[in-house]
Amino acid sequence: MSTDTTTSAQAGTEDAAAPVLEVNDLTVDYRRRGAGPLRAVDHLSFRLEPGRTLALVGESGSGKSTVVRALAGFVAPTEGTVALEGVRGGRGRRADREYRKALQLVFQDPFASLNPMHTVARHLRRPVVRYQAPGSRAQAHEAVLELLRSVNLTPEADIAGKYPHELSGGQRQRVAIARALATGPRVLLADEPVSMLDVSIRLEILNLLDRLARERDMAMLYVTHDLATARHFSSQIMVMYRGEVVEDGPSDEVILNPAHPYTRMLAAAAPDPTIPRERAAAARRERIEARGARVAEYREADTGAGCRFRSRCPHAMPVCGQHPPDFAAGPGHTARCWLFENGSAGVRDVP
Amino acid sequence: MMRTEDERGRDEEFDQSVDRGSVTTASGLTGAGPRTVLRAQGVSVEYAGERPVRAVQDVSLELAAGEVLGIAGESGCGKSTLAYALTGMLRPPARLTAGSIQYTDVDGDLIDISDVSPERLRSLRWNTVSMVFQSAMNALNPVTSVGRQFADVFKAHRPQMDRRARTERSAELLEMVGIDPGRLRSFPHELSGGMRQRVVIAMALALDPRIVVMDEPTTALDVLVQREILDELERLQERLGFAVIFITHDLGLLLEISDKLAVMYAGRFVEYAPGEQIANNPLHPYTRGLLNSFPDLRGERRALSGIPGSPPDLRERVPGCAFAARCRDAFEPCGERRPELRAPAGAWPVACHLHDPQFGGLERAGGSAR
Repeated sequence: MSTDTTTSAQAGTEDAAAPVLEVNDLTVDYRRRGAGPLRAVDHLSFRLEPGRTLALVGESGSGKSTVVRALAGFVAPTEGTVALEGVRGGRGRRADREYRKALQLVFQDPFASLNPMHTVARHLRRPVVRYQAPGSRAQAHEAVLELLRSVNLTPEADIAGKYPHELSGGQRQRVAIARALATGPRVLLADEPVSMLDVSIRLEILNLLDRLARERDMAMLYVTHDLATARHFSSQIMVMYRGEVVEDGPSDEVILNPAHPYTRMLAAAAPDPTIPRERAAAARRERIEARGARVAEYREADTGAGCRFRSRCPHAMPVCGQHPPDFAAGPGHTARCWLFENGSAGVRDVP
Repeated sequence: MMRTEDERGRDEEFDQSVDRGSVTTASGLTGAGPRTVLRAQGVSVEYAGERPVRAVQDVSLELAAGEVLGIAGESGCGKSTLAYALTGMLRPPARLTAGSIQYTDVDGDLIDISDVSPERLRSLRWNTVSMVFQSAMNALNPVTSVGRQFADVFKAHRPQMDRRARTERSAELLEMVGIDPGRLRSFPHELSGGMRQRVVIAMALALDPRIVVMDEPTTALDVLVQREILDELERLQERLGFAVIFITHDLGLLLEISDKLAVMYAGRFVEYAPGEQIANNPLHPYTRGLLNSFPDLRGERRALSGIPGSPPDLRERVPGCAFAARCRDAFEPCGERRPELRAPAGAWPVACHLHDPQFGGLERAGGSAR
């Protein structure tokens, strides 16, 4: 199953299919006590296509989980629209139900997302009964076993009778994935699906999600802080910083040829064991010098209007006091940075 | 004995071991040299219970002044328990069931932490060895200012310092980790997570310790902040010369910063070698699996796989190699006999039958290397 990754990634260059999910100008404000509202997500627009994975990359506090929460309906957007193909918009139980059938989630923490008092079978039977309308008890049970097989939890009859505490973290996450599949979703939102798992089993889970998305022609939003898996398991990457997407493009482009200074810093900060230690030490000295006298506090500070990254940016210019729009940085590749005001020519030379 | 002689001696041992058709034990790595600041031998830790959890088993290591020792392992492998054991901070139900932990203190005296008085142990902490933990940024007292928390350290350990000296030193420490000294008046909640972690690192360095033990010190932080803190840590380490034990699940990170690296699995060291060695030629199948578990950011797109299965329950006694059930290269002896951590000829210690001449040794290992 692991060889599948390559094929899905290459699919990224194909022509865009009709989107399953279309998000326009999604904006979410959180109310704060004694202060103005906090804009967690600021006019975000993107689309998810069947059988393809879009990675949303960002650090904690960038707003990426808020995007997931808004798409899942856990928080109400302040502005903007979310349109799911074939699902009526609007409010009410019926619309909610259709929406939830078509859009499912896999959460970060498989220890918290399963009920410790319920068996695996019970976790899966509920969505099966509700959404697949099986004719009999036996049929429902068969559907449960089928779900377990599809996530490689075998022997399935054995696993079905177990409680969450009897399973490893990886097995629990497989149960959570099976539960998400039970409704036959068109869209899967995976919010840091492996960051709580042991490193040695993360790739197995990501390979599984990748295979399922393609086999079932689901659109997947893979939310993560890890650039390396984002590149390997998605065809497109959006990089989020303080509520906005600062770079968007084909995943190889974004990682191998990053445009926005933030993405460049992220890519440079990832540990790279292939670099000899002396070179790593030299790079470190350069970085320390570049940061120079600007204390950590200023770098981590909020900057108000203008480009939100400018307090940390090594290329900050006077124009950065104004908020930059998206500029083209290559085919299908945009960067929200003034460096690209006059196209991408010459910008690559900026260290 | 100088370090180089020590190494030469080890090489001779390797050669002899081939002649004898056996392999040496890892003891070559734990002979105390003059620069040794910490030496642990045969450390085992158990959590008491109906079925005791044997979290750390027979771990030996040695740390020289100014050296960075990385300890890599997944959750539950015993790496944090080892950190607590090394710093004498085990609390019931955990207890040291075997082994010794010795520090060389500032005056060059050897201190065995299991037979010193609590007062001596307290002065050893901070002065000789200090700790930074993953949740350390939440360990700051929320109701007193950063400055007062620094002052507490000095009052307890440097009673001769007056108020002014304390403030000066605190400000200096904050500046060292890139924080405005004016922040001494701030409360922890007024600082970001990255800044709190910097404060904790500054505190750990307050009394010029010879060793800093860091357990996942940057895991909870953002990538950029993590990178900045690591950069600063290495700069400080070069300048001040303290030794570091750095514990994390992030093997890629360790390969970049460690002089020596230990890979831990199910409570034991399974490979113990220089960082470059592990990056270029990992011997243990688990180490190889861990390395493959991190996709290369810029490398070729290729099929990726982690390690199937999950680690064993440390309450169970596994007869053979604890990794055998997940190992692609397992063969007959793996299910029956536990491989000792031994250095095969010309190599560093590894606990794997593949590298034991008795079972075909390196040929077999070579055949299965990636």
